[in-house]
Amino acid sequence: MQELYYKSASELAELLAGGELSSVELTQALIDRTKSVDEQVGAFNSFDEADALAQASASDERRASGDVLGPLDGIPVGLKDNLAVYGQPLTCSSKMLERFVSPYDATCIQKLKSTGAVLFGRLNLDEFAMGSSTENSAFGPTSNPWNLECVPGGSSGGSAAAVAAGEAVFALGSDTGGSIRQPASYCGVVGLKPTYGRVSRYGLAAFASSLDQIGPLARNVKDAASLLQAISGHDAFDSTSYKAEVPDFVASLESLKGRQWTLGLPKEYFAGVADSPALEPVRQAIEFYRGLGCEIKEVSLPHTEYAVATYYIVATAEASSNLARYDGIRYTHRAESFDAKDSVDIYCQSRAEGFGEEVKRRVILGTYVLSSGYYDAYYLKAQKVRTLIRQDFERVFREVDALLTPVAPEPAFRKGEKEDPLSMYLSDVFTISANLAGIPGLSLPCGYSGGLPVGLQILGKPFKEDEILAIGQEFETAHPFKDQHPKL
Amino acid sequence: MAEDSQFDIEYTAKLARINLSEEEKAKFSSQLNSIIGYVEKLGELDTSEVEPTAHPHPVENVWREDVASDSLPVDEALKNAPAQRNNMFVVPKVVD
Repeated sequence: MQELYYKSASELAELLAGGELSSVELTQALIDRTKSVDEQVGAFNSFDEADALAQASASDERRASGDVLGPLDGIPVGLKDNLAVYGQPLTCSSKMLERFVSPYDATCIQKLKSTGAVLFGRLNLDEFAMGSSTENSAFGPTSNPWNLECVPGGSSGGSAAAVAAGEAVFALGSDTGGSIRQPASYCGVVGLKPTYGRVSRYGLAAFASSLDQIGPLARNVKDAASLLQAISGHDAFDSTSYKAEVPDFVASLESLKGRQWTLGLPKEYFAGVADSPALEPVRQAIEFYRGLGCEIKEVSLPHTEYAVATYYIVATAEASSNLARYDGIRYTHRAESFDAKDSVDIYCQSRAEGFGEEVKRRVILGTYVLSSGYYDAYYLKAQKVRTLIRQDFERVFREVDALLTPVAPEPAFRKGEKEDPLSMYLSDVFTISANLAGIPGLSLPCGYSGGLPVGLQILGKPFKEDEILAIGQEFETAHPFKDQHPKL
Repeated sequence: MAEDSQFDIEYTAKLARINLSEEEKAKFSSQLNSIIGYVEKLGELDTSEVEPTAHPHPVENVWREDVASDSLPVDEALKNAPAQRNNMFVVPKVVD
């Protein structure tokens, strides 16, 4: 008998519909689980128990009077602490926003509220989503539930760890360079970065606006599909959200089942790690698809080796501009302990006190690449190389339906192991191209290396999340990984 | 490459409006020099004929009807302000 807190959202929806479970019981079970394991895991920055139980109770009342809002009604969803929920804290794991309370709802939160889902908890992240390990949080690191000495990945490390540890049924994260997919891989859960523009970014604290996307982390593909369904669609409050039709992602899992896909293996992704034992599960997953009758083709993305450099110029430039709003004047931490002679003094000192080290480093780098005399050499150059990277994908997607790659060069690393920022950046090599090209990417548990989960990445054509979810579910159904959990 | 980078930490931190300690200046200079040395590999590519990408998918200007709608009430908007008075943010004197 599986513990309630490890049941999937679709199983829980049936129990709720059948009257065998109430949302209050379910929400209480997750609160209890969180209280018992979060001291070890550290996934949560905070949670509002009374508020969650009140939402659950409202859901139970709707059900009693026959007004159920849909399959997510009454099911708790965890939230990365960079999404705005009216009346709740929004810290971005930064001292800068330690006391900030959101005056409005993000669009994805409005949408989730309209499904009746119970919004539960503020999940830890690298400060302002800048990092790959959730070690850059002003409120302390999150641990990997599979090995507490290891990082959960980042920046959505709290979201991934909470789902893996049974503290959340599923959760929202955000992905700017791999921040959903890499922690999903490290924690053995499913993570999806949607196509740029699929989900409105309104109410997501901006890091790099041309790269950021909100997406689901879940224990199986179907739950990820149903959470994606709930948050997708055009929004007048985000001019970059796309007026594309939103398919029925859950129904597509059935209708696309058994298709003979043509799947590409980008040779540049495998070149450096060809015989790494850590990637054996990825190689086995590729063989699984071959065995299903899919055509497996080697393809080339020749500008892959320039992706990390391009990303760290574009992302930091956009960050330096976006984070200029944290000035100590209007709604953030303000330095008080000195005699400011003007507002600029307040900016400089408030930012010195409010930002952590990685945020300072990236804002300064971004400022540099945009500064007079360097703009053409760095920022404009990177935008041009971004075109080449995008065109690489356009070219291969004329030949193949999707690409299979590793998510990361290695499984979760130990806390404190990557002190040099450049070595941390280089660990994002397989995930950042998808953000630069704006395409969707799924991270799916495909096995273990040294007792730690390893993920398979499936990259798809723009707005074809339905296809990569269906491809992923074929593998998931034939393997036991979604039902394996860390021992806590 | 890292050695002859012209990275000026004092000037750039000032542009970024962040006060840095002496330790931070030393640490960031060396780390940022090595990051900048790394990103200079983009110089290997000839991009003279390539158009820059600002957004991954084509975006058009978005218009809406010019109709006034509700915005955040003033008290909500000021709720998180570190210092406020009479519906305004309090800052040091800007002009004498």
